[in-house]
Amino acid sequence: MIIAERKPFEQVYENVRKHKKILILGCGTCVTVCMAGGAKEAGILASQIALAAREKGDAIEVEQHTIERQCDREFFNEETARKIAAADAVLSLACGVGVQFCAEVFPEKIVYPGVNTKFYGATAEQGVWVERCAGCGECVLDKFGGICPIARCSKSLLNGPCGGSAKGKCEVDPSSIECGWQLIYDRMARLGRLEELEENQPLKDWSSGRDGGPRKVVREDMKF
Amino acid sequence: MSANMTENTEPTIIAFCCHYCAFTAADLAGTMRLQYPTNLRIVRLPCTGRADVNMVLQAFVEGADGVMVNGCEIGSCHFIEGNVRATKRVGYAKKLLQEVGINPERLEFFHIAASQGPLFAERAKEFTEKIRGLMEGKEPKIKPAATAANKPEKESHSCSCS
Repeated sequence: MIIAERKPFEQVYENVRKHKKILILGCGTCVTVCMAGGAKEAGILASQIALAAREKGDAIEVEQHTIERQCDREFFNEETARKIAAADAVLSLACGVGVQFCAEVFPEKIVYPGVNTKFYGATAEQGVWVERCAGCGECVLDKFGGICPIARCSKSLLNGPCGGSAKGKCEVDPSSIECGWQLIYDRMARLGRLEELEENQPLKDWSSGRDGGPRKVVREDMKF
Repeated sequence: MSANMTENTEPTIIAFCCHYCAFTAADLAGTMRLQYPTNLRIVRLPCTGRADVNMVLQAFVEGADGVMVNGCEIGSCHFIEGNVRATKRVGYAKKLLQEVGINPERLEFFHIAASQGPLFAERAKEFTEKIRGLMEGKEPKIKPAATAANKPEKESHSCSCS
């Protein structure tokens, strides 16, 4: 899922205080699971804005509403459209995709981001989310025992490890980052596939990733 | 939860109390004929683990001047660690209050066992006095929460490429 975290309140409030009526729009999917922008967080932010407005003497009316997903047109239903129309601006707690898509669906409305979108990740434990995929567009997990060298090596090396690997840790931050290549080596050893790592990997074609510009997937058979 | 917030100088305190400890302690304080301020509006919870962050913030939005969350002593929670979770949430809620310019001391967690009626009355008195003091302007100006905007820049360090 997409992992995000709340923006500093000061930044959010700077945008919000330009308007008289704000709709906080939560998103019920990824950002709900990573506890950054679901219904609960929308409620907390609504309370914070109400309290800050009272402290600073601003007149801001805050509404809150959460939909299942902000990256699908079908979830912007009539009720949502009505609430968005009634507000001066929308504070979207969705990831960057949802914020932009909301603005696309309602082009006449100002839509502000309420969270910082971080990465594609997994829940390591309650309250801890970790990066697992970089969305490079051409998956190489088959060659590395299911551990991604792009996302989990700080240098995204396909022929690692580098000299910055010590005692299984990465030199970028030995206290918190595991060496991705140590993980790959250990996994491949466990799977009895170590000899496969002898093969040198050719240069990766990054045009399938961000280097190729904004990407698009089209399924002709699924189109109406 | 909305208390009767009238225009007066008396602080309104919302006291979230765990059914198994602090609520019973409050009841015991009454049975023992102990006096404690009438400023408290007690909200009984099945466990302080039920008190989520927005419940606390909402109390302030609706006009509370102070909020107490009163739970069991560590190790005594009927639901094993609801009180421990509640202390963490109270810590987080304090941070959120500071961000909006409200003194985080207006929110506190207290551990009060069911048998501690006198302690409940004492904490109620102390907290009410503290909030009254804050309302009368005796509070020190609070510093804004550390954010990206006002954090000191990180020291730069050189990269040792290999």
